[in-house]
Amino acid sequence: MNGLAPASRISKTSRFPAHPIAGLAGTSFKHEHLHAILGDGPRDGFFEVHAENYMGAGGPPHDALARIRRDYPVSLHGVCMSIGGPRPLDKVHLGRFKALVDRYEPALVSEHLAWSTHDTTYYNDLLPLPYTPATVSRVADHIDEMQETIGRPILLENPSTYVLFAESTMSETDFIGALVQRTGCGLLLDVNNVFVSATNHGYSALSYLADFPLADVGEIHLAGHAEQEDDEGDLLLIDSHDGPVADPVWKLFDIVIGRCGPLPTLIEWDSNIPEWPVLKAEAAAAQAILDHHADCHHLFGKAHAAG
Amino acid sequence: MPQDELQSGDLSHRFDYAEAFTASLLDPDRAPPDAVSGPNGKEAVKRYAVYRNNVTVSLIDALAASFPATLRITGPDFFRAMARFHVRETPPTSPLLFEYGRDFPDFIERYDYARPMPWLADVARLERAWLDAYHAADAEPLASAALASIPPEQLADTVLVPHPATHAMRSRYPVVTIFAANRSDGPVGRIDPSGPEDALITRPGLEVFVRHLPPGGAVFLDRLMAGEPLGAAAAAAFAERAEFDLAANIAGLLQAGAFTAAHQRGSP
Repeated sequence: MNGLAPASRISKTSRFPAHPIAGLAGTSFKHEHLHAILGDGPRDGFFEVHAENYMGAGGPPHDALARIRRDYPVSLHGVCMSIGGPRPLDKVHLGRFKALVDRYEPALVSEHLAWSTHDTTYYNDLLPLPYTPATVSRVADHIDEMQETIGRPILLENPSTYVLFAESTMSETDFIGALVQRTGCGLLLDVNNVFVSATNHGYSALSYLADFPLADVGEIHLAGHAEQEDDEGDLLLIDSHDGPVADPVWKLFDIVIGRCGPLPTLIEWDSNIPEWPVLKAEAAAAQAILDHHADCHHLFGKAHAAG
Repeated sequence: MPQDELQSGDLSHRFDYAEAFTASLLDPDRAPPDAVSGPNGKEAVKRYAVYRNNVTVSLIDALAASFPATLRITGPDFFRAMARFHVRETPPTSPLLFEYGRDFPDFIERYDYARPMPWLADVARLERAWLDAYHAADAEPLASAALASIPPEQLADTVLVPHPATHAMRSRYPVVTIFAANRSDGPVGRIDPSGPEDALITRPGLEVFVRHLPPGGAVFLDRLMAGEPLGAAAAAAFAERAEFDLAANIAGLLQAGAFTAAHQRGSP
């Protein structure tokens, strides 16, 4: 993609160490865990924060994030840029986002294929969009604008959805593939979202993954979901982030990492937040799978080189 | 629709999915938009209700997180019913949820079921000010001894620069006492709801403090925050409350970290 001048990346002296994030499992950062995390002492891992929670001027949120950022890689996850909306991006919000990127030098920056603001109302949910050539064009413009503003590529996250638009003429994977081609963005593959959407819309999660541009994935999300029923009494999964990762999602994750190698992987847990050791144990389970495949890739690489 | 618009390819002239999708998002009595369905023509009533529920419940949760003392006073069922009305009437306009709820205290004042608790809106106002102080810019407060170095004859013309987190609030009710009792984990005893209290909200470091302002203290601080020098602010405070204690008020405000700098009127 054009417009990402290298100069914009090396504008100043770093305030924080450049902790590498490759191959690590991490968790959402929750303020109530700060003392337990600091009490643990240094360990492998990373933390992801919702950008909007750190858009105040000062106070405890920035103090906590700075303390975490000193010791760990941080992933900055935007929740409400409304990249998937039909209206122009909010320039003020873009400016705030850029300021956060500059201030904390995150290892990863991501946003959602969704929208949450319409006209003057902020709905605080990740709302769906129809997949058409026209919306590809609009969303690509938004991604370009965001990447140019912050001076680096973003990872775009696949959504969990509950409804389909009659207007859609493209599959979600084709839509996402077209965005990658147009904008040069990377992808955040939320494996739980794949499982939730596949269940809700009656397709195979594995065939979705087969069509997904896995080579462009830079981060994985894992989370818990809840079960409800649709109007016909069939299972409807809700992307609730309120519990442990489900077994079928772990299996899909294992398959993805087997194909992609060890990617930074986040355990998302945003409500009914458990004590820190519970969240840490979920991340350790993800790390074990990453490490297993790291060894496999290493062995395979050696055998290949020797042959 | 004219033919040229159909062929223009401009999304805004064709199908505004956000307009269609949000039309019934905050209104549970309306049907889901025609534009959406489940797979293979399945119904979308319960499916669309997931979004509707996410929006309303998450915004009620946001108010509950920002107004914990108000919630504790009313109980969760009362609070959530009240918050649901407010969310539907006044949804947020900013994606920063810690900015949401500025209109909530006024809504509480108008809310019929809250009439038996006339102090409740002021408790919510104090909680809103607490949250603003929490997120305010960081700044080093003026040292308590700072005024001691100013010659006495210059004190009346001294202007104090307020800390970004400083806020004064006046109430006809004992708002500080009610707030403090309901923001702690301990049991809340019977509080006499009569008698006014004025509040000082500050955050000299990482912790937000809420204190009583003594008689005349609120008007004194209001005038100082508006940029008036000490002499004029003190005169306004004396005019309102004859028992206004200038030395004690200045000492209390400095000790609370309410200011960041002092300078003479007319100088920068």
